[in-house]
Amino acid sequence: MSNVTPLTDLTVSNLVIVAGKGGVGKTTVTAVLARAATDAGLRVLVVELDGKSTLAALVPDLIVRHISAADALEEYLFEHGFRRIAKRLAATGVIDVISTAAPGINDLVVLGKIKQLERSGEWDLVIVDGPAAGHAVTFLTSAAGLLDAIRGGPIRSQAEDVQAMLSDPERCQVLLVALPETTPINELIETAIAVETRVGARLGSIIVNQVDPQALLADPASVDFGRATVGVTEAVAAADFRRQRQVAQSDELSRLAESVPARQIHLDRVLTARLSPADVTALSKAIR
Amino acid sequence: MTGVLSDVVAEATVIVCCGPGGVGKTTSAAAIGIEAARSGRRVVVVTIDPARRLADALGLPGGLTGEPQRVATTDGALWAMMLDTPAMFERVVRRHAATPDQADRIVANRFYRNMAGALSGTQEYMASEALHELHGDERFDLVIVDTPPSRNALDFLDAPGVLTRFLDHAVFKLLMMPTRTGFKVLSVATQPILKAIGRVVGSDVLADAVAFFQAFAGMEAGFRQRADGVTRLLHAEATKFVLVASPSHETIEEATWFAEQLADQGFVVSATIVNRVQPRFGEAPAADAMRRSAAAGTKGASDLASIWHNLADMRRLADAERAQIAPLARRVGRETLIEVPLLPTDVHDQTALGLLAAHLFGTDASV
Repeated sequence: MSNVTPLTDLTVSNLVIVAGKGGVGKTTVTAVLARAATDAGLRVLVVELDGKSTLAALVPDLIVRHISAADALEEYLFEHGFRRIAKRLAATGVIDVISTAAPGINDLVVLGKIKQLERSGEWDLVIVDGPAAGHAVTFLTSAAGLLDAIRGGPIRSQAEDVQAMLSDPERCQVLLVALPETTPINELIETAIAVETRVGARLGSIIVNQVDPQALLADPASVDFGRATVGVTEAVAAADFRRQRQVAQSDELSRLAESVPARQIHLDRVLTARLSPADVTALSKAIR
Repeated sequence: MTGVLSDVVAEATVIVCCGPGGVGKTTSAAAIGIEAARSGRRVVVVTIDPARRLADALGLPGGLTGEPQRVATTDGALWAMMLDTPAMFERVVRRHAATPDQADRIVANRFYRNMAGALSGTQEYMASEALHELHGDERFDLVIVDTPPSRNALDFLDAPGVLTRFLDHAVFKLLMMPTRTGFKVLSVATQPILKAIGRVVGSDVLADAVAFFQAFAGMEAGFRQRADGVTRLLHAEATKFVLVASPSHETIEEATWFAEQLADQGFVVSATIVNRVQPRFGEAPAADAMRRSAAAGTKGASDLASIWHNLADMRRLADAERAQIAPLARRVGRETLIEVPLLPTDVHDQTALGLLAAHLFGTDASV
């Protein structure tokens, strides 16, 4: 394993679904993976589900496709016997009734679109910038749920196709993202278990975002500040602060390693409040 | 600084914490609750997530439930609960049903159960229902609610209208028709549009939907009236909005957009909290610390050099975050914006929650 680069691991399958709770940096991870894969010469497509478009600012040369559940469902209905009235169905609320009657159908048709892209042969790698905050497991179990609920018809065969894709480790893997802190790590562990047991999908590497890359800072109490007086109190406080966070981080990373046996890829914390394309390129070296 | 949040807590009967996902809304709501209880209010905090960590922090080892639980370990009167969407929905149905039998029929229906669990907006709708219910509960004089993670501030404020809009759809009227004209469920399913739907989702699924709408007949008026009541409560003077953000570019942009949406709808953001702001450790320029670092060690390798370098890093990051926060501060008003420093460890116990409250309310952190 150790001589396999993270990128080789991440591109074993054509489809990578990036998932994690709000605020952990799914879009950053998507951007970094897309950058690394593009620079390695792969034809990369990113699928956005969340409606936000910060990706273009991070990876300017990226091809991004947005898929919304409403559009995907309308398209699905259009292709399955509703033809021209599909638009009117949306307006009259039939689509709301359908998606309520068969929950998960919204997610399923989105996954169906993703499957089309994955099968099209146009892309070496399709990266899905995770489903909306907290919905990763619901999203990924939609096909399995519908297989239980629906006995026949086009939805069932769609669900079968999607489930076949999700559970085939050669075709698809789920990439979970966390921050090196207690709550995000707890959530990642829960999601990891759910992805393997309830979705039956291959869990790829785990990406831990915003990892402090430096070794534990020296204890300021044991350092001689010489004749300096101005700013020493602040420097000591800043060092203590950094050290506390470094210790907490390493505890969390070991706890994660004990709980989930997947490979961990660490993306360095960048000392900025706004990532630039250059930052993304620098971060992408971690997975080349 | 007496603190803008102290005023909010003194004046409000409802506090809505809103903002982008992953910025610490739940934790902020709990910290506000702790301080409000200490100031003499009888407070209930409603969280949307199960938030086990918060339950631990509040000393509720059994976890939060759908019923308010008294938090024993704080000063004053504080309750906490989490939103149980299906249970709340059932209560709403039972309230509006003409007979217990009608309620039973609805609650047992599979289409209803799907709606309670999955209809987009249901969670927001039930959160606003819970707010209304708790507002009328005499045990409490302040209700603090955090909102579901959403990219759209209006999802929550619009929520009371979700079901009524659902009922307004033409298809609902179509599905309701048989009860008026005396047709049976199966004959409804012969309508061309419904037949087509049945082909997609299966006829038994469709039959459930039809049965639900029939069972629902007569309850629309009650639902609409209640939705109006919730909307009025959200617009009341004593309902205060607290916007929560964190200092990264994306969340600040999202929060600014939230603030604009709220303003467009006539809601006033009374206070804005920016969580997890990098402490700056003094006001001297970062460059000063960098010079010290360079002077302290050849190639910056010594411990002393790295300690000065670290101070420079912290200050640079703090400056970068300040620059991000500035436009939001301008949008909401600098005097209503509260920065909470990033704490060295996660907020996972009552001491840390108290520390957070001290930062929020500008009280002495050592108390």
